[in-house]
Amino acid sequence: MMNNLTRYVLPIIYPFLTPIIGGFLIGFDRKVTARIQNRTGPPILQPFYDVIKLWGKESFIDNSFQPILSLGYLLFILMSVGFLALKKDLLLILATLTLADICIILAAYSSESHYNNLGGRRELLSMISYESLIVLTVISIKITTGSFLLDNIFKLDMPLLILLPAAFIAMQLVLIVNMKKSPFDVLDASHVHQDLVKGISGYTMTLIELGHWSKIVFILNLISLFWTKNLLIGTSLALTFALITTLVDNIYPRLNWKTMIKTTWLAGVILVVANLAILIAMGVI
Amino acid sequence: MTLMTKARLKSLWVLHFDCGSCNGCDIEILAALTPKFDVERFGIVKIGDPKQADVLLVTGPANNRNQKVLRDLYDQMPHPKMVIAVGTCACTGGIFHNCPNTLGGIDKVIPVDIYIPGCAVRPEQIIDAVVLALDKLSGNVPKKEDE
Repeated sequence: MMNNLTRYVLPIIYPFLTPIIGGFLIGFDRKVTARIQNRTGPPILQPFYDVIKLWGKESFIDNSFQPILSLGYLLFILMSVGFLALKKDLLLILATLTLADICIILAAYSSESHYNNLGGRRELLSMISYESLIVLTVISIKITTGSFLLDNIFKLDMPLLILLPAAFIAMQLVLIVNMKKSPFDVLDASHVHQDLVKGISGYTMTLIELGHWSKIVFILNLISLFWTKNLLIGTSLALTFALITTLVDNIYPRLNWKTMIKTTWLAGVILVVANLAILIAMGVI
Repeated sequence: MTLMTKARLKSLWVLHFDCGSCNGCDIEILAALTPKFDVERFGIVKIGDPKQADVLLVTGPANNRNQKVLRDLYDQMPHPKMVIAVGTCACTGGIFHNCPNTLGGIDKVIPVDIYIPGCAVRPEQIIDAVVLALDKLSGNVPKKEDE
């Protein structure tokens, strides 16, 4: 009974908790940012007030397909979190995540607004920059463990972090792009709301925000895979990465999209590939 | 108080539009966002998108050139929304009153909920006005029968 609970019931409940965890993360992030800037900052629950308020506002929808695609974005991310919790195939998880991204890009392009199109273009750019890193990391996990199945990571004798330390560092870049933080916040600056207008309103915005929070939690889960022996250590590693992202956001100015793609591709690809090359040279795999 | 009302009161997103003011009031609006006054602790954030804004802060007098933009911004804001006229120019036209190229206060173009006189207004006054806007949103102050 207990075994069934941890194996099937919890992984199915967990995805629905991810938006809540993500909301608290964002609230904490806003608080830390405010403290760094010597401000009091909003309460931790602030992101929840924001999305509830947006839900109750009047919606201007120029294409009725847009809310459906936004809902798809949220649901596909929840699905990929669920697959991760059920320890399914990493390729399946990646495919579901990409479907979510395709949903939001189609949602952006389904509207005739220039701002939506601009946002869609930027979403594509950030996707180009981080998806390659996730794919490379997944491939190196496959080469190390011999399979795309997540179960194999749990069966390893030592944590993935010891085998793939450079790929682990590359995940920090993925997290920064996904949390829309400086220096890689071409998508939209999460604190500086005035930067790029999104052109969406009302409950569509709520769905997209919830999807964004879940995606952050998904990436954090992916990071915690690097230490599967102890759940506590894995979680604290992921949370440390989130905290580092907040600190980096407050220290660095933003860079343009060319620099973002150059940095993530060059630094990230070199890190992951060098990691694999050293492992092969040492005869570990 | 329902959860929605509470959320509305706790999260007020502000859109700022400069109708051609001398920038005195604009600087005071920015001062309200700086660490000393830090309105973000009340959930007030300055945003650039009228489609997500709750409050429209307008500085400067309305004139023939900007009235269309002002009207557009107001129309793009979803309900419930508030308009605050910041500074004497936005309230009545100020020193530009009766100038041939201006229309006067912004209430000639869009319905205004709250007027803040002053040249330039103080950040405290802006925060006071936003608090009054919160009262209006929660229904404590009867809404004006206009529009």
